[in-house]
Amino acid sequence: MEDMSAYPLEISGDGTPMVSFQKVRKAYGPLVVLDNLDLEVATGEMVSIIGPSGSGKTTVLRMLMTLEQINAGVIYVDGRPLTHMDKAGVLVEATPKHLRARRSDIGMCFQHFNLFPHMTAIQNCMEGPVHVLGLTKAEARDRSEELLELVGMIEKKDQHPSRLSGGQQQRVAIARALAMRPKVMLFDEVTSALDPEVIGEVTNVIRKLVSEHNLTMLMVTHQMGFARDISDRVCFFYDGKIEEQGRPADLFGNPKRERTQQFLSAVKEAV
Amino acid sequence: MSLFEFISQYWPRLLSGTGITVAQFLLSSVVAIILALIFALMKMSSNRLVKGAAVTYIEIFRGTSLLVQLYWIFFVLPLFGLTLEKFTAGYIAIGMNAGAYGAELVRGGIMSVPRGQWEAALAINMSSAKRMWRIILPQAVGIMLPPWGNLLIEILKGTALVSLISVTDLMFQAKQINASTYLSAQIFGTALIIYYIIARFMFTPFMRWFEGFMARKLGKA
Amino acid sequence: MFDWLFKDEWFPKFDWNWGYTWEIIPRLLEATLNTIIAAGAGYAIALVFGLFLALAQRSKSRALTFIVRELVEFVRSTPLLLQIFFIFYVGPQVGITLSPWVSGMITIGLHYSCYLSEVYRGGIESVPKGQWEAATALNMSTLQTYKRVVIPQAIPPAIPGMGNYLVGIFKDTPMLSVIGVAELIHTANAIGSETWRYLEAYTLVGIIFLALSLPAAGFIRAFESFVRRKLGM
Repeated sequence: MEDMSAYPLEISGDGTPMVSFQKVRKAYGPLVVLDNLDLEVATGEMVSIIGPSGSGKTTVLRMLMTLEQINAGVIYVDGRPLTHMDKAGVLVEATPKHLRARRSDIGMCFQHFNLFPHMTAIQNCMEGPVHVLGLTKAEARDRSEELLELVGMIEKKDQHPSRLSGGQQQRVAIARALAMRPKVMLFDEVTSALDPEVIGEVTNVIRKLVSEHNLTMLMVTHQMGFARDISDRVCFFYDGKIEEQGRPADLFGNPKRERTQQFLSAVKEAV
Repeated sequence: MSLFEFISQYWPRLLSGTGITVAQFLLSSVVAIILALIFALMKMSSNRLVKGAAVTYIEIFRGTSLLVQLYWIFFVLPLFGLTLEKFTAGYIAIGMNAGAYGAELVRGGIMSVPRGQWEAALAINMSSAKRMWRIILPQAVGIMLPPWGNLLIEILKGTALVSLISVTDLMFQAKQINASTYLSAQIFGTALIIYYIIARFMFTPFMRWFEGFMARKLGKA
Repeated sequence: MFDWLFKDEWFPKFDWNWGYTWEIIPRLLEATLNTIIAAGAGYAIALVFGLFLALAQRSKSRALTFIVRELVEFVRSTPLLLQIFFIFYVGPQVGITLSPWVSGMITIGLHYSCYLSEVYRGGIESVPKGQWEAATALNMSTLQTYKRVVIPQAIPPAIPGMGNYLVGIFKDTPMLSVIGVAELIHTANAIGSETWRYLEAYTLVGIIFLALSLPAAGFIRAFESFVRRKLGM
């Protein structure tokens, strides 16, 4: 058993990070995916995660979305523990109820969009606000229309996902996540399943979010140019650890570690 | 006696029998659908007691004959103090039998909804009940409609067994008319055709329409 | 501890009699054997006739395909119980008098041949088109193609369906009781009417069916993987 007293019950004060991973470990049986991960994301910061496949980068987002349980360590969101809860001054594993209460701070977009196929674009966006947040239909519709406008999908709001292209589906998925008003947005390889010619319409939406909204964002991506353009910080993951991190200009322009150099030159050759 | 004469003489009994058959079919179907849903969800529960109860039910009703179940419910249950009227015993037995098969169809349908749908519903923080009811089940229904069509046909055919506990359905009337007239070819032939018409020209087109309706509703068409 | 549950006024005639149970078990076991024979013979008919129905539906003759297709649909959408009566009572009218046993096995066999033809068709259709093309490229005849290329590949995917219908035919044999075949339910009915005790007989019949059909699923799976291994798939 891990000694939980090493972890604070709460992080407070100036500069409290929006997201904080503390000594987080994730393993599937004997296969260790992430080990002893420490990662902080400040409020309003845009952090990109890059690295070879199998390096555990997607797992970081899935743990934060509580799609995966962690095996050790604690994840904090907005200063309060997410994966654990305070029970009489001791951190214990979170109950489903605690997870439900805390999950609303986080929104996520998936590689394969995962739009609900039996609902139109606007119904997809309204689903959470109405059935989770308890908004009236009218409120939810206003909010959803505003967001569909933002992602440029308002004309297609009454279409089912099967009638939309991949890029359009992904933009609706972004609107759906934003409709929950999360404090942290997660983008998990949101352009990987898209045809090259529609990648731009999705990255442009994310660019707009970065420049116009003060959202905290974590993004796993294979698009180095895009990560370089919009991130405040880039983390290079290798073999379940952060091998190197820093400002995009530094990491891409002047990588310190050999593995980072190898990875970046391999990616460059592929392009 | 020609077939025409035959039918003009016996049509009232055939019609009332057909009415009872259709009533048994509809009631059994309702019982089967409700039980299938309940036991499928129970079998997917993480509580071992709940899961065990569902597995026991499903295996018992799939592992024995409908006729055995019907007789057991009609003749043996009264010894436990639960006496069902024969009409009720009929559709309850058929519904419970088909419900066990249906539970596996429902479970299969639920399991074949892509994992990403569960995750997306979780990511917008839906409760597990809402996830199931609003996101997963509607999609599962679309997947499992064709096998349910087959199961409902089996229910229709199964209703003929209620004649053996003297429910006056189409099969019962046919047997009675045969016993008094010995016009076996006419009466059993007519009954076969009536069942065929119900299945092929009434129920099947309805299912086609319903599948199309669901496909449109699920945004597939 | 559960005594309160078993009050007499709740279960007026619920008294399981073990002595009586042992008395009727030999008769029920004999009936079990009859049930298995009826199911086995019916299945044999279904296996062979089903193959003809499946191949007929793949024939080039549009008329033949249509007629067989409609026949299969007709049999599959009408009750087996009614078909059993039809063949048993109408046979003598056209000069074919069959014993209950023979009549029953033929009916159940023909009924299930329609289901098996669908299983065979599914198996044959699961063989990729490229296999037919490769056989044509090797200049094989249609018969050779079926025998050497298609059927060996069509068998493993068809095994689960074939196995399920074997269990299905077994569970449908009680319907033969209506024309006097001395299978399990017929025997239980007879026992019940002699002694006015239904509890033991019907419950035992249920248990016998369970005991025979529950392990079947495991056997079918094992058999399928055995065949797949044999064929190197």
